[in-house]
Amino acid sequence: MTAPVLSVSNLRKAYGEFVAVDGVSFAVHPGEIVGLVGPNGAGKTTTISMILGVLDPSSGEVRIDGVDLGKQRARAIAHTNFGTAYAPLPGNLTVEQNLQVFGLIYGVKDLKARIEQLLADYDLKDHRKTKAGLLSSGEQTRVTLAKAMLNHPKLLLLDEPTASIDPATARDLRSRIVASAEADGCGVLWTSHNMYEVAEVCDRVLFLSRGKILMDGEPEALVREHGAASLEDLFVEVAHEKLHPNGGHAP
Amino acid sequence: MNLGRVFAVVLRQFYLLRGSPVRLLPMIAWVAIDIVLWGFLSRYLTQLTGEKFNFTAALLGAVLLWDFLTRVMQGVTTAFFEDVWSRNFLNLFATPLTVLEYLTGLVVTGVLTSLLGLVAMLTLATTVFGLSFFVYGVALIPFVCVLFLSGITLGILGTAIVLRFGPASEWLIWPIPSVISPFVGVFYPLSTLPLWMQAVGWALPPSYVFDGMRRILGGQGADWGRLAVAAALVVVYLVLAFLIFARVYRFAMKTGLIARYSAETAG
Repeated sequence: MTAPVLSVSNLRKAYGEFVAVDGVSFAVHPGEIVGLVGPNGAGKTTTISMILGVLDPSSGEVRIDGVDLGKQRARAIAHTNFGTAYAPLPGNLTVEQNLQVFGLIYGVKDLKARIEQLLADYDLKDHRKTKAGLLSSGEQTRVTLAKAMLNHPKLLLLDEPTASIDPATARDLRSRIVASAEADGCGVLWTSHNMYEVAEVCDRVLFLSRGKILMDGEPEALVREHGAASLEDLFVEVAHEKLHPNGGHAP
Repeated sequence: MNLGRVFAVVLRQFYLLRGSPVRLLPMIAWVAIDIVLWGFLSRYLTQLTGEKFNFTAALLGAVLLWDFLTRVMQGVTTAFFEDVWSRNFLNLFATPLTVLEYLTGLVVTGVLTSLLGLVAMLTLATTVFGLSFFVYGVALIPFVCVLFLSGITLGILGTAIVLRFGPASEWLIWPIPSVISPFVGVFYPLSTLPLWMQAVGWALPPSYVFDGMRRILGGQGADWGRLAVAAALVVVYLVLAFLIFARVYRFAMKTGLIARYSAETAG
């Protein structure tokens, strides 16, 4: 097997007594789409934030394409990119200006041609001169995703990329993301609350609850092993587990 | 330091100014109002005293230099606030951009925007009110350098406060120059002040500039020793301001403030 693009070892984040992420370890390989799912407060965003280098872990190690994030942050992060519905690009810059600014930050070579390619790939050519804040939610997400692909990332982090988007647009975006990821052969870590989406696009799923990985496997295999009717049912089971007074986990 | 990334931070601000020319207005309009107001006051006082004292150089020159410091500071903080207002921290800091590159970009933006204001001020002050900076001679160069570095220092300090305490603390930043101005003796010698205010004043580099201005206008010539003290002080403060920002940034990285920066993060 090829070396992982993302290697997370015993990652832990504590805020005083509260442990948000508790010794999480996993890897993402080139071309692999891994879903990171779990109920609200499970530690997904905290995990992603640590991998993005915007939150210091209490302990543990993150390696991106073999580079230790804690020791060589800028070099490690240069191999990643991310997209989330919750952090739209500055609305007072046009689509093209946003891509230029972030292209420079990521040091993208032949930036002009790359921007043209992404404007075409994400159907944004007609909006290139439009301020990003004036676009619809779906269009803004397409801009965010175009930004996420700018530097041909080896690791792509997507935090609920299709949240608050209608099903047709979400389906369209999923296919674009998968196509871009396949073209670049990048590994993807994808968080979502939409289990249909996860089952459709992810090769592997990590179930996170109370900061720990409870399950790790292929979506269909997990459903089968745990006797659930669907991935969504399995998710609900895990989510309810959080409320269990004795604190036990699902098998 | 990667200059391409610094350029990206500056380019973002340039695009903002180009896309919304109304942003240029505060850079020029407020300084123009100050120059007109103090220009006519200087002219009136000169008429009253029968041109025995150069009020234009003393008052208008002081206003112009003080406004320059204020514009430099606001150039840095406003560039930072643009990222606060557009909630852009996660987008920016989840990239290879380093804190030093980001700060350098903000400072370069502050320099460029303040120069725009300075040109407007100089044009108005010299053409309409006959202000000539030649009266200060070569000392004008250290004057401007000390005020320029003081403005950058205050700007970095201001951004550190807002990063630490949240966007609501923005309103603590705007009045900083007004709070400092009584202590630095923009219009009067520090000896006018009570002793404790004098002590504070001599700890602030701009005080040496305005003191130096008055010395030159009074025919005593520049005091290069005092200007050297001012230069040393401002360099120390600049380094301290950067260290404070770096410390706040580390705090933000440890607590997750960068990832969830919003109006609710104050406190």
